[in-house]
Amino acid sequence: MGLGSLASRALRSSSSSRVLSTNPRYNLIRTIVSTPELHKPEAAAESASEPDLPKRTPVAGARVHFPNPDDVIEVFVDGYPVKIPKGMTVLQACSVAGVDIPRFCYHDRLSIAGNCRMCLVEVEKSPKPVASCAMPALPGMKIKTDTPIAKKAREGVMEFLLMNHPLDCPICDQGGECDLQDQSMAFGSDRGRFTETKRSVVDKNLGPLVKTVMTRCIQCTRCVRFASEIAGVQDLGMLGRGSGEEIGTYVEKLMTSELSGNVIDICPVGALTSKPFAFKARNWELKGTETIDVTDAVGSNIRIDSRGPEVMRIVPRLNEDINEEWISDKTRFCYDGLKRQRLSDPMIRGADGHFKPVSWRDALAVVAEVVHQVKPEEIVGVAGKLSDAESMISLKDFLNRMGSNNIWCEGNEKNQDADLRSSYLMNTTISGLEKADCFLLIGTQPRVEAAMVNARIRKTVRATHAKVGYIGPPTDFNYAHDHLGTTPETLTAIAAGTHPFSATLAAAKNPAIIVGAGVFSRKDNSAIFSLLNSLPSKFKNLITPEWNGLNTLLLNAAQAAALDLGLVPQSDSLDSAKFVYLMGADDTNLDTLPKDAFVVYQGHHGDKGVYRANVIFPSTVFSEKEGTYENTEGCVQQTVPAVPTVGDAREDWKIIRALSEVCGVRLPYDSIGGVRSRIRNVAPNLLRVDEREAAVFSGLFGGGGGKVSAVPFGVTVENFYMTDAITRASKIMAQCSALLTKK
Amino acid sequence: MLARLASKRLLEIRQAFHQSPQTVRSLSTALNYHIDTPDNNSKAPWEFNEANKPKVSEILSHYPSNYKQSAVIPLLDLAQQQHGGWLPVSAMDAVAKVVEVAPIRVYEVATFYSMFNRQKVGKYHLLVCGTTPCMIRGSRDIEDALLNHLGVKRNEVTKDGLFSVGEMECMGCCVNAPMITVADYSNGSEGYTYNYYEDVTPKRVVEIVEALKRGEKPPRGTQNPDRINCGPAGGNTTLLGEPKPPPCRDLDAC
Repeated sequence: MGLGSLASRALRSSSSSRVLSTNPRYNLIRTIVSTPELHKPEAAAESASEPDLPKRTPVAGARVHFPNPDDVIEVFVDGYPVKIPKGMTVLQACSVAGVDIPRFCYHDRLSIAGNCRMCLVEVEKSPKPVASCAMPALPGMKIKTDTPIAKKAREGVMEFLLMNHPLDCPICDQGGECDLQDQSMAFGSDRGRFTETKRSVVDKNLGPLVKTVMTRCIQCTRCVRFASEIAGVQDLGMLGRGSGEEIGTYVEKLMTSELSGNVIDICPVGALTSKPFAFKARNWELKGTETIDVTDAVGSNIRIDSRGPEVMRIVPRLNEDINEEWISDKTRFCYDGLKRQRLSDPMIRGADGHFKPVSWRDALAVVAEVVHQVKPEEIVGVAGKLSDAESMISLKDFLNRMGSNNIWCEGNEKNQDADLRSSYLMNTTISGLEKADCFLLIGTQPRVEAAMVNARIRKTVRATHAKVGYIGPPTDFNYAHDHLGTTPETLTAIAAGTHPFSATLAAAKNPAIIVGAGVFSRKDNSAIFSLLNSLPSKFKNLITPEWNGLNTLLLNAAQAAALDLGLVPQSDSLDSAKFVYLMGADDTNLDTLPKDAFVVYQGHHGDKGVYRANVIFPSTVFSEKEGTYENTEGCVQQTVPAVPTVGDAREDWKIIRALSEVCGVRLPYDSIGGVRSRIRNVAPNLLRVDEREAAVFSGLFGGGGGKVSAVPFGVTVENFYMTDAITRASKIMAQCSALLTKK
Repeated sequence: MLARLASKRLLEIRQAFHQSPQTVRSLSTALNYHIDTPDNNSKAPWEFNEANKPKVSEILSHYPSNYKQSAVIPLLDLAQQQHGGWLPVSAMDAVAKVVEVAPIRVYEVATFYSMFNRQKVGKYHLLVCGTTPCMIRGSRDIEDALLNHLGVKRNEVTKDGLFSVGEMECMGCCVNAPMITVADYSNGSEGYTYNYYEDVTPKRVVEIVEALKRGEKPPRGTQNPDRINCGPAGGNTTLLGEPKPPPCRDLDAC
């Protein structure tokens, strides 16, 4: 809660008092009239309880959902009646009534600890102030948040919290966005009575991402609860007692969670701060740009904080349907890769094998000359895993005009069915996974492939003890699971009903089956998909009008949009290619490419693809361009440029548009709007931003039949921290993979 | 004259401020974080011995099987007795394995209670009560006497490994203050005793220590020969007759 909301509260209360004074009921001179109220006292009581105060709006758009209409209770917050469902706490009732209660230890998504005592409020007929975060609201409760008792309680708690808190705000990275700072300004006293020596606590080493200054800790235990409840790593604990109490791991231990960066956000003080961001910038000098993440297929909502041309940090943005308010460490800390190893100028490889910077005009001319010398069927285009929809449609249009339709996106394979959207989307939706009561993960390790989806599964498993079955190589899970097998034959057994897990799956009300995108690259992928296609007929609850439990978990940000746009290879081999256009494609195996083939690499990082390139076109990364991405559940989102481009780099679709003109096959669009009009013809759902377009034919998984092989499922993501050009260029990610990955 | 007075007063004030600050009371024997040492590290193997294994299952049987973690405190106590009065980190790990929780959950408990020693203690761990009634009756002198006699600092073990001195909170013997407790780990968990020695004097605690050194077991309880348990010295002075029944009820009728 910021100072702004506090100021607005102060304004609101003064305006409400003005309303009171102008109210005729409070006028001194009253004419005596006979009103029904005098004759019917109970009616008078009713009308008196009706507040004539201005209506308050709930804090941060707090919504009330009444699961059972009988369970509605009414409480009074500062005299305002508010209807809430049974079981809400006093603090939640206050936020519905539009009163923001100060708090440190309470967090919406964590269990209630009730140990900071900052949320004390006065409740009528209660002998002492109550901790509103832990007190369930009772019918008719009269809660007072603005009385002298509540104010004094807060001031006292604040004095105790500040007692051992160092006065190092000027050198603290949390300064300016610190809950303790804000709330001590709003609720604290202007002096303290503590004259003893402040305590100091030894700093802990939690790894390369989280910096600790434990003396600043106020023991709210949010990080402990986050680690054990959301991240699922039992590393942090509360050690010691009394004034010697401290947060720590006891034994020297790094925090090996893929979500560890979130403790930086939930820490209300500067005890846990970002190590890479330490002493780099103050939060008020940063420009926030609300955009999305592209390092995995989840499309987590983020805010890029930049200063001038530099991305300073990435923080999460709330999106209940996708990432709630967490992001993975890869999303949060890959940003230093955005400024390292960047391609800034068009370059041509000379006869000596070295790259020489040239002008755009020359580079385009060279490529145009070569592309006309090869046969159309020898032209191949590969879009990288970070490509946006606009550039992919431009590339496809360009190569189509050159006579080739051999173009695909990394991660998508030849036999893949791009006709049925349900076969490559997460049909249950990410938030829908919370309703599932049985999971079957096939060839996917969600913890490294899509950390936010994994967090959702963990949340469900924790809340409902949903069963999780897993088919694939042994891997790390942070929730209870049954390892059913490693080969597709286990799946055959489940489909045939001979496996014990079939009974679990059949008994489940909302079963969810998640197939990893690694399955696409298997030789027997069509057999696996036709096997999956047969499941709904055996497990009736798998697909019902309300529930679609057949899911594919994609790996890359570009994958879903590429399939929507029809970027499916005719032949996925590069054996006979003479002209290869790599649009940010770094993970394509170029070993089989003929020696004399001409490779154009259009991308933003000097990564793997550059080694084989003949010409380099520098392009922009997701933080510098406006691009459309579709995440694994089919939700379309757009990136927003946060920082200017590097050097002479251009947006991908502009480069292809320019090249098409030089090649004499001018693409008919000159603006991003024009490209999007073209997308409308191909995949109109990609224009409905921030909306999820569900697959029309649910439960059709395609697949051409055949027999599944006995080859075990492989590990798709070897190193969580390094999956694409940006993360491979990042120094922080390199540190993480050196220190945190399991050897 | 006035200047001299003023300077004298100033000196007094300065002296008042210069008084050595009270030594930090460390109730626990160790830090709140672990530092690997040869005899205390996570790699050292540790498990309950054969004699204690039935005790472990007996302790676990007190709690429902889905609340195994309830057994963490008695198990830590048992582990401490087995390991000569202190808990190495590997013993805590072993307890965590038995109660099926993450090790950190056991560390939290072990660091919370000052009776769990996470650093080596002597075979006889002497605990001086430092709470107000005992302090008023001279517990500081008793501690000093012990420390001087043994030639150690607080929570330090004597060279022969026999004794260590610590401080603890009120044990409820205020009527016989000052008191010390002797935790006897010399005979493993079978012969483990935890005896109170009350009404001690600086002279008497030294005698107790010497007796323990000789292998004797000095009688527990009050060390004042004139007192019986917590009765007054020289016999009772009040409540001498038979207690009267409450006037509202005829006890014989019951």
